[in-house]
Amino acid sequence: MGANENNSAKPRARPIVRLGIFLISHSNIVSVVCFTAGVVALLLLPILAKNTYISENALMPGSANNMLSTHHVSDANKFIKDLTDLEFRSGSSPIESQKLIAHYMSALDAEVTFHKFYPQFNHFHPLHFFTSPDSDIISENATCSSFGINTFGIIRAPRGDGKEAIVLVTPYNPNKVGLGEALSLGIAYSVFSLLSHVTWLAKDIVWLVADSQYGEYSAVAAWLREYQAPAFRRVDIVNSETCNESSTFNELGQDLYLDGKLYGGFRRAGTMAAALVIKVAEQGNQYEDSLNIYAEASNGQMPNLDLINIVNYLAVHKQGLRIKVKKMWSLLGSKWLNTLGVIFESLGRIARSLNPQWNPATEYVEGAATLASSLYYQGLGVPTGPHGAFRDYQVDAITLEISPKVSLTKMIRRNEFILRGGRLIEGVIRSINNLLEKFHQSFFLYLLTSPSKFVSVGVYMISFALLVAPLPIVAAYLHSNASNSTPQNTSALEVDASHKSWKWLNSARKVLVIHLWGVVVSLLPFFLCQVPNTTPTTNFILWGSLSASSLLILYLILGSPIFEAAVSLHEKNKWASLKSVTISTAFIGLSLMSVINFATAEIGALLIVPICLLARPLKLDTQARSWRTLLRASCNLALGFIGFPPVAFVLLKGAFEDFYGINVSDYWNWLESLWAWNSATYLYIGVVHLPCWALCINILFHPC
Amino acid sequence: MLAASAEEEFSEELLLKPLPDRKILAHFHFRNEAPLAADSFARHHHLFPKSISQLVQKFHIKAMELSFTQGRWNYERWGGFDPISSHNAKPPGVELWAVFDVPQHQVDASWKNLTHSLSGLFCASINFLESSTSYSAPEWAFQSALGSLRYGTLPREAVCTENLTPWLKLLPCRDKAGLSSLMDRPSIYRSFYHSQRLHLIMPTAVSDGSKSGIILEQTLTVVLQPNNQKASMNHVGETKIQPSWSLSSIFGRKISGRCVLAKLSNIYLHFERGLVTQLDNLQKKSSKFAANDTGLTWKHPVVWSSSHAPLYASRFLMGSGNERGAIAISLKSTEMTKGLVSANNVEERCKLQVNVLQIVPWYVKVYYHTLQLLVDERPQVLADFVERMRVSPSEDKVSPGVMELVLQFPCEMKSAVLSIEFDKGFLHIDEYPPDANQGFDIPSAIISFPDFHAGLQFCEKSQSKSPLLSKLQERSPVLSYTEVLLVPLTTPDFSMPYNVITITCTVFALYFGSLLNVLRRRVGEEERLLKNKDAKKAVFLRRMLNKLSAKLRGRPSESTPSPPSSSSSPFVSPKLILRVLMVAGIAVAWQYYSQ
Repeated sequence: MGANENNSAKPRARPIVRLGIFLISHSNIVSVVCFTAGVVALLLLPILAKNTYISENALMPGSANNMLSTHHVSDANKFIKDLTDLEFRSGSSPIESQKLIAHYMSALDAEVTFHKFYPQFNHFHPLHFFTSPDSDIISENATCSSFGINTFGIIRAPRGDGKEAIVLVTPYNPNKVGLGEALSLGIAYSVFSLLSHVTWLAKDIVWLVADSQYGEYSAVAAWLREYQAPAFRRVDIVNSETCNESSTFNELGQDLYLDGKLYGGFRRAGTMAAALVIKVAEQGNQYEDSLNIYAEASNGQMPNLDLINIVNYLAVHKQGLRIKVKKMWSLLGSKWLNTLGVIFESLGRIARSLNPQWNPATEYVEGAATLASSLYYQGLGVPTGPHGAFRDYQVDAITLEISPKVSLTKMIRRNEFILRGGRLIEGVIRSINNLLEKFHQSFFLYLLTSPSKFVSVGVYMISFALLVAPLPIVAAYLHSNASNSTPQNTSALEVDASHKSWKWLNSARKVLVIHLWGVVVSLLPFFLCQVPNTTPTTNFILWGSLSASSLLILYLILGSPIFEAAVSLHEKNKWASLKSVTISTAFIGLSLMSVINFATAEIGALLIVPICLLARPLKLDTQARSWRTLLRASCNLALGFIGFPPVAFVLLKGAFEDFYGINVSDYWNWLESLWAWNSATYLYIGVVHLPCWALCINILFHPC
Repeated sequence: MLAASAEEEFSEELLLKPLPDRKILAHFHFRNEAPLAADSFARHHHLFPKSISQLVQKFHIKAMELSFTQGRWNYERWGGFDPISSHNAKPPGVELWAVFDVPQHQVDASWKNLTHSLSGLFCASINFLESSTSYSAPEWAFQSALGSLRYGTLPREAVCTENLTPWLKLLPCRDKAGLSSLMDRPSIYRSFYHSQRLHLIMPTAVSDGSKSGIILEQTLTVVLQPNNQKASMNHVGETKIQPSWSLSSIFGRKISGRCVLAKLSNIYLHFERGLVTQLDNLQKKSSKFAANDTGLTWKHPVVWSSSHAPLYASRFLMGSGNERGAIAISLKSTEMTKGLVSANNVEERCKLQVNVLQIVPWYVKVYYHTLQLLVDERPQVLADFVERMRVSPSEDKVSPGVMELVLQFPCEMKSAVLSIEFDKGFLHIDEYPPDANQGFDIPSAIISFPDFHAGLQFCEKSQSKSPLLSKLQERSPVLSYTEVLLVPLTTPDFSMPYNVITITCTVFALYFGSLLNVLRRRVGEEERLLKNKDAKKAVFLRRMLNKLSAKLRGRPSESTPSPPSSSSSPFVSPKLILRVLMVAGIAVAWQYYSQ
C-alpha cells in the first residue's frame, strides 16, 4: 500500500493500460513464458487432436448397399486388357489408346469429347502471384508437336437438372501405359459403367482421362481452364495447316462425329461439386491394401474435411483398406520425439484431463509425424497432386492413391482389388451425390494428425498466437526504454524529448530499406531466368552475389547518409530502436502470413521469433563477460546461422528427409518450384523472413 | 350423354416414337374444347373442367401455358426440330406464361392472382412467381404476337405425383379409363424426362374477332427406357439392337378400353424420316398391333439420328470465385445449317435469324455493356449482327434483368459465342434460404429460330380430323431452351460466424486498442501539459468540472500531479495482482468442477 500512496496521487490509468504496462515492463519473462508455451502448445497438438466425424448429415456414407458387381469388374478387366494389349502391339500411335478409351466411354452412352491442350509450363511472373494464370497466355514454346489430348466423358443424370457435376480424374500417359495407370483407369471405368445406368444419380458425372505426358497437374489445369474460363479466340500459332498432328486430332473428332453425335465442341456439365483423382501406386505395400490421401492444394488450402471423412469412413469401415496420410517417416524413428511421447504418457493423467480419448506414446509419435508433414506440405504451398488445380476454382478435391499389397505385375487377385477400389469410389460418389448443398458443414482450416484425427483452427492458432505475442510487447518495451533512458543522461530539454520521440523514424527508414532489398532479392530470379543455359548452381551463386551487391548498393545510396547522421548522439540506444522496429515488422509480416498460409507462418515464427527476441549486439555481450551474456551471444550466433534461409532449408530437408546428397543447387530448385507454383511462401521468405534475418544479423554485429 | 356433349369435345391421343438412343418417347395429348356462350361460365360443363373455365373467366386469360418438367430434354439425341421438341421440351421445374385480356395496368395484378390460383389448383409453389423479381414481360423474343404477356419460371420446383393428380382430375375420365389409365406413377417418374403441360387457348372467331371457345390442351411427354435385361449389359464394338417393347412393358399397365367420353381415342406410332428410309432399305420391320397393347419388335440393328435445330445452343458459366463471373451462350451449327448453305449457294447471301431471350435474377448483376460476340472464334462488332435488342436492366429486389436479342448470322457460320459478365450481388439476410444452400439458379435462356418452322408433313392426309396430328402439322417457330445454371453466391453460415466474429473482434479490439493506446499516448507529455495548465490556471471551468466530478465520486480532488514514473511500474500493486490471481483461480476451479 505504501507504493500505492504515491500512485494514487496520479490520475489513475485504466486497468487495461496498467496490465499492458505490466506486461511491457516484464517483457523478458513474458516473452520467455509465451515462447515456451507456444512451443509446448505446438507439441501438444497431437494430443489435442479430435476424432473426425461426418459433419454433414446429408452425406450418409455407406448407408446404401454397393451396387458395383463382379460384372462391372470383368468389363473393367476387359478394358484394361485391351488397353495394355495396345501397348504391346507394334506400330500403334499414342492416339490409338485415346480412341479406345473414347470408344469404351461412348459405348456406355456417355458424351465423349477430346480436349486438345498445349502444356503451360510454369514460369515466374512477378505480377501473377495469387492470380490464376490467364487463359489468354499461351506459352511461346507451344509448338505443333507438343500437345496433349484429354479425353473425357459425361454421364448425364437421368432425372437431374444438370446444375452440378462430380468429376473423376485418372491421370494417364498414352505414350507409356504403366500397369498402375491402367488399373486406375479400370477402377474408374468400372464405376463409370455402373453409374451409366443407375437411377439414383442427381449430379452429372464427368470422367476425365488426363493426358499426363506433360505432367498430371498441367493436364488437369488445362482442362479446368477450358471448362471454367475458356478463351474463345482462335489461337493463331496453331494453324491446322502447319501441324500434322492436329489433323490426327481432327480425325479423332471425326470418329465421334460419325457416331451420330452432333456436337463436336467442348462439353460441360454444370458447377463442379467435388473432384476425385484416382491413382494406383505401382509398387506393392507389404502389409495390406492401403489408401493414401493427398489433400493439400496451393498455399496450404485444404478441401472440406467432410470429403476426407467420407473417404476415410468408407475405406476403413466398408472396404477394409488401410488408410494413410503423408507422414514424415524420419520423425517416426527420432529419439527425442519418442522421449517426448513417453513424457507425455507419464503425464497421462493430465493429458487425459485435456482430452479423454488420450493414448500412448507410439500414437503420439505417429500423430506428430503426420502433423509435421501436414504442416510442411501446407507451408510449402505447392499442391501435392493434380487435385490442387481444382482448388483454384473453389472445388473440393482430393487425390486417392490406392496401393495394393503385392506388386501389380504378379497380382492374382486383380478383380478383388478393382472391386474394392471401385466400391470405395462408388460410395464416395454416392455420398457426394446425396449432398444438396455445397460442402460447407465441416472444417476448411485444419491439420491432420492421422486420417481420422484433426486439429481445428481454433486449437492450432493458440500456439502461433503464443509464439507471436511477445513480439509487440518486446517492441514496446524496447521503444519505451530507448526513449526513456536518454533523458536522464542529458538535460531534459523539451526539444530534445520531442526529437527523441521521433528517433525511431531513422530505424524505420533503415528497416524499410532492408525490406526493399528483400523485394529486390525476391524479384531477381525473374531476371535470372531470362539468362539462357544456366545450371541451378550457377544460378544460385549468381543470385547470392547479386543479392549481396544489391544490398551494398542500397546501403550506399539510401542507407549511409542517414545512418551517419544518426550515429553521433545516441549510438548506444540506436540498436534498441532498430530492434524494436524490426520486431514490429516481423510481427506484422507473420500476422499477415498467418492469414494467407498458416503453416508457413507457424514454421517461420519458430525460426525467426527467437532470434528477433534474443538479438543483442555481440560487442555488448562480450564486453560484459559473464557466463549469461556469453551464452546469449553464442545462442544468438547459432540462431542467426539457422535463420539464414538456405541453411534453414538444408536443416529442414535434413530433418524431414536426409542429408545425403544435398547441394547448393537444391535450394535454387526448391525456390524455383515455389515461385513456379505461385506459393506465398516464396514471398514470405523474400519479403519478411530474409530482411528480418538480415536486420537481426545487423543488430548482432552492431558497433556500440 | 354423348348427345349432350355435342358441342363440347374431348379427344385423347397417344403418340409413340422410338428414339435413336434406344428410348421411347410417349406423348399423351388430351384436348378439351368448349364453346363460349355468353352464359357459359355460369353453368356446368359436361366435359370441360369447371375450375379452368372459372380461371379463364376470372382473370381474363387470352392464352396460358403451364408446364411441370423433370429431367432435361436431350436436344442432341432426341431431336430439336420437330414440333414435339419445340412445344414439349421445357426447362426443368415450372414454367408459366400467360396473356391477359385486361388493360395494361391490371396485368400484373391478374398475374399475381393467377399464380395463387394455379398454386392451389396444382399443389405447387407457383405462388412464388407472384413476386415481381421472378417474372418478366418479354416483348418480342417469345410468343410475340399475343399481347401483354407475363413469363416466369421456377427452376427449382420438384415435380411429383401430387402435381400429376390434379392435372389428371381435369380429364373427364381421370385415369380410370382410356389412354390415361396407362399412367402408372412409378414408371412415369422413373422416366428420363417427363413434362406435363397445360395449354389454354382462346381462339378468336374469324368473323368478328370475338372469342369463340376455350381449348384446353393437356399433354404429358415422357421419355422411357424399355427395360429388357438382355440388352442391358452391352458390349463394345457391336451395334446395339433397339429394344423391343410394348405398351404394357414400358408402362407396366394395359389399356382397358377407351374413354367413352372421348370423341377420338387413337394411338400413333411416329417414325422419323431417317428411320423410315432405313427401314425401307431393310424391309424388315415388325410391329405388332395386339388389342390394346401396341408394341414394336426390332430384329435388326438400325441407326438413325433425329433432326436437329439449325444451331445447337448451350449455355455455361465462366470464371470462378464469389465475386464475378460471366454467362456464355454458345451456338454451334448442325448438319441442318450445312444443308442450308449448300441449298442457298445460288443466292447471294443467306441469313439465319436467332432470337435470344435471357432473363437473369437481380442478384446476378449483369453488365450489359460487356456483351461480346465471337463468330467463328473471332471477336466481332455487336452491331453487325444484332438486328434488334431490348434490355431492361434489373432493379435490386424489384425486377429481374431481361435481355432480348435478335441476331442475324450468315448461314455458313460454324460457331458463335455470346458472353456477358456479371457481378454476384449480396442478398439481404432474410432472402437467403434457411440453410446453407447449393447456389442460386439462372433460368434457362430461350433460343428461337423464327425463320424455321417445325411442322411435320404426313404422307397421307387421312387423319386430318385428329387434333394431335393437326397440332404436329401446324407451323410454329423452332424453340429450344438452354440449361439452367447454378451460381454459387457468397453463402454466410449464419450461426458460426457470429461466434467467430464476436470473439475475434473482442480479442482484436482489446489487443490493438490497448496497444495503440500504449504506443501512441505519451503519458509523460500529457502530464507535463497538465502541469502547465495547472500552473497557469487557465482552464478554470475544467478544474471546476474536475472538482465536481471528484466530489460526486466522493473522493478528494487532487491537483498535485505526481512526477513522471519510470517504466518499472509501481502502478501495479501486489493487491491488484492478488485480486487478478484470485479471480483466475476461481475461474479455473469452476471450470474444473463444472466438467
